[in-house]
Amino acid sequence: MGLLSDPSRRKVLTGLLTRLNTPICGMPVEWLVKAMQSRGLEVFTQSFSRKLPFPDENKERYMVRGTNVYGILRAPRAPRTEALVISAPCSPGDSNNQAVGLLLALAQYFRNQVYWAKDIIFLVNEHDLMGTQAWLEAYHHTNITGMEYSPLQGRAGSIQAALSLELSSDVITSLDLILEGLNGQLPNLDLANLFYAFCQKLGVLCTIQGKLQRNDWDTAEGYTHAAQTMMLMVLKQACGRSWGDHGLFLRYHIEAASVRGINSFRHYKTDAATIGRLLEGMVRKLNNLLERLHQSYFFYLLPSLSRFVSIGCYMLAFGLLVVILLLRGVTEAQQVSLPSGPGVLTVLTPVVISHLTGVALYLLPVHLQEMAVEHFPVSETEAVVLTAVAIYTAGLALPHNTQRLLSGEGTEQGWKVLKLTALLYLAVLLGCTALINFSLGFILAVTLVPITASMTPHMPKALSALVMVLLSPAFTVLYCVFIYQELIEAPVSVSEGWMLFLSVISQGILDHALYGSLVYPLLALFIYPCWLMFWNILFWS
Amino acid sequence: MAAPLTLLLIVAVTIRAVLFRSSLAELISARVEVVSPLNAWKRVVEGLALLDLGVSPYSGDVFHETPLMIYLFHFTVDYAEIVFIIADGITALALYLSIQTYNKDVFRKQKYALESDRYSADCLELLRSPKEMFYIPLKVAMFYLLNPFTILSCVAKSTCGLNNAIIALFIFCTLKGSALLSGILLALATYQSIYPLTLFAPALLFFLQRLYIPVNLRRSSFWFFTLQYAFMYVGSLVVITGLSFFLLGSWDFIPSVYGFIFSVPDLTPNIGLFWYFFAEMFEHFRLFFSCVFQINVFFYTIPLSIKLKEHPVFLIFMQIAIISIFKSYPTVGDVALYMAFLPAWSHLYRFLRNIFLVSCVLLACSALFPVLWHLWIYAGSANSNFYYAITLLFNFGQILLVADYFYAYLRREHHLTHGLYLKKKDGTEATLVLK
Repeated sequence: MGLLSDPSRRKVLTGLLTRLNTPICGMPVEWLVKAMQSRGLEVFTQSFSRKLPFPDENKERYMVRGTNVYGILRAPRAPRTEALVISAPCSPGDSNNQAVGLLLALAQYFRNQVYWAKDIIFLVNEHDLMGTQAWLEAYHHTNITGMEYSPLQGRAGSIQAALSLELSSDVITSLDLILEGLNGQLPNLDLANLFYAFCQKLGVLCTIQGKLQRNDWDTAEGYTHAAQTMMLMVLKQACGRSWGDHGLFLRYHIEAASVRGINSFRHYKTDAATIGRLLEGMVRKLNNLLERLHQSYFFYLLPSLSRFVSIGCYMLAFGLLVVILLLRGVTEAQQVSLPSGPGVLTVLTPVVISHLTGVALYLLPVHLQEMAVEHFPVSETEAVVLTAVAIYTAGLALPHNTQRLLSGEGTEQGWKVLKLTALLYLAVLLGCTALINFSLGFILAVTLVPITASMTPHMPKALSALVMVLLSPAFTVLYCVFIYQELIEAPVSVSEGWMLFLSVISQGILDHALYGSLVYPLLALFIYPCWLMFWNILFWS
Repeated sequence: MAAPLTLLLIVAVTIRAVLFRSSLAELISARVEVVSPLNAWKRVVEGLALLDLGVSPYSGDVFHETPLMIYLFHFTVDYAEIVFIIADGITALALYLSIQTYNKDVFRKQKYALESDRYSADCLELLRSPKEMFYIPLKVAMFYLLNPFTILSCVAKSTCGLNNAIIALFIFCTLKGSALLSGILLALATYQSIYPLTLFAPALLFFLQRLYIPVNLRRSSFWFFTLQYAFMYVGSLVVITGLSFFLLGSWDFIPSVYGFIFSVPDLTPNIGLFWYFFAEMFEHFRLFFSCVFQINVFFYTIPLSIKLKEHPVFLIFMQIAIISIFKSYPTVGDVALYMAFLPAWSHLYRFLRNIFLVSCVLLACSALFPVLWHLWIYAGSANSNFYYAITLLFNFGQILLVADYFYAYLRREHHLTHGLYLKKKDGTEATLVLK
């Protein structure tokens, strides 16, 4: 039992530990500094450290320490007001072992050109997202996530665009473009179009979501393929984590994308020189920009690289779902007569208790992990995740307890006022969520709107309770995990899916603590209390 | 009623204290909906620093508070949080006592009107009973103290809380009948931000009503009292302004504070209507539009005073609402002040037509303000038009709220004198239209 009983999970965790706990066998900082200096860049290093919210299993709180190395190629004749960033995360082992080499080769080539109008920063960051976060926070003089870092010694003007490279082999068959960033933010569509155009020009195969393009749009298989690609993008955007190092740049209004090289079983392979030419072309195009990319869409969904669904199309679908809630609310408002004093107070109690449960779900898992580890034979990560699941399940018992606290409740009026409040609250919440992260808002709307709009205490209790629980936010996450695994063609069994679900929860909490992802607080502090209010209505007696 | 009020005060102080100690305090102090260039705390700190250095705090166009405020904070800057919590407490207490007095007044007037048969026979269900009015002062205090807008304004240490306290004390003194104190507090409120000048009319009408002086421009008693009150008010204003001059030794607080309020040079987005317009217009039209926008605040006083001369307290509510909608740098603290009065008019609920729509609009806009600010400033995917759309919608909601209550109030008065079930001459049911 537990996350560590599965050997593959153990291996992953050991690898993570080795990566995160190794000050000695970390990044070859001196070698990188010398290599960059010999290519004529101005090289600087930055050290950072961060205390993670769940300590490792060696029973001590662990600090993640790392160093970023970056070299600035100064533009020969231009004023130093703008910059571009090319970054390659440096991970130990075999993943991403070619990207740094490609970066250095590009640096050497770029040094000899005269057409650069912006400074180019070649960044090699340690610990993937944490290194990028530390570097960006230091660059922009902010500290939003509590990271400790040494200030940057060298700087290069405001960053206009960034590219992140992930290459694991020196020959590839296709390049995968990754656009989804933190909190579902996407770069400007122009960046994706630019990359795809270049790939086509150089004859390199470009994929999105790891899937190849198809040309038969009007057949059923073509349509299914496009729908699957789009669903993958929706799922990746909804989970709110940054799927590449570029995702953290987007928060600072820097258009960025990640490029990952994939080496699969195809005959035609592209070598590193072509990739280098492709990247050089991209960087030259970005160099020639007079202003930040803002002309094309910021909100889109991509069923393939040559087609997109704009916000004008998909927001309508979402709007219609929210209108259901509003219309239902208007109907309830007409049926509710003058709310008297005690009436409002009746509503207040379930609302306050639901929100307190939400606050407990948000705060307690991380704060109670020491106590949980003392009393139960679990590791800290397991403790956090299982506490969260426990609090979530405990919330289901609430209506019976609150009914006992209140006395003299149970009027027809009471639940209608509560339903009105909860419907409007859910509508505003889903609206605000969809404006920031459309996919998250849409998935929540699809699962929550039908059951909540038709919720009354007079429905058959057992059946509707089951349906409510099956459509609750936690189960939505579980279904998304299974659907995601199906779509990436790596289907999992139920137990593996459950393990993945638990790791998704821990990843969500970690993302929120480390990078400021909003998915976990949104679900814990707002969506879950809202769902609890409807659960209260179901059991209104 | 002391026990529930004390409990309410304790809960309110606890919430504010908890928020002051959390990490949200800095986040809230930076929100443009909660602080404006006129009442931001970091500008007060800046002004204090300049004062300590011996330089005029108004140099550099950062500080726009009045000299009395800067001297208040000069002595209490270490206890600033307590000052703001106390200010909120004073406001709530003043509103509680005012509404208590007002309710007694209302009930007494209703009794006299019933005795003199001024009400029609079938409007008995419109009459208010002391039992129903018993909890209203507590609800008013609760609406002010537990309103999220007030809490945000207090945690951000915006001096709007102090302005609200002065206006609430002014209302209390007016309703208690003390013309001198009322004049002094009104002068202080006007000195802080010019717009409470429009509250002179409802206060005057209240005193005239209380002293049984008919509002007739030909009567000498009317002019006698008006001149007395005006003299007290203007005299206090002159004294306070003179005191400010002697405190700082120069007159540059006048262009920095009042010139700033009238000419609106700072166009940071807020929940008001000025910033977008003034950002778009050409320089040579600026004076004209400033005048038009500023007249808009003062203009409604005269027609409303004529219509509501028998109901000065409702007029005070309408005036405060109009000030907080149309002033040059509104914040949510201003909105919270007039919203506190709404429980006093809860008997009008049956005549309100749009209350559901208005409350939905106001709630949705309050939730959308930070979202669209984030999308504009941080994500870069939206622009100022989106934020201004929400501002417009919010102000539209407020105007609809105020207009709805106005309609409901007048309708109830009409029903009281003309009967609840109105019939046209041929016997069919009539509909009332507000003209």
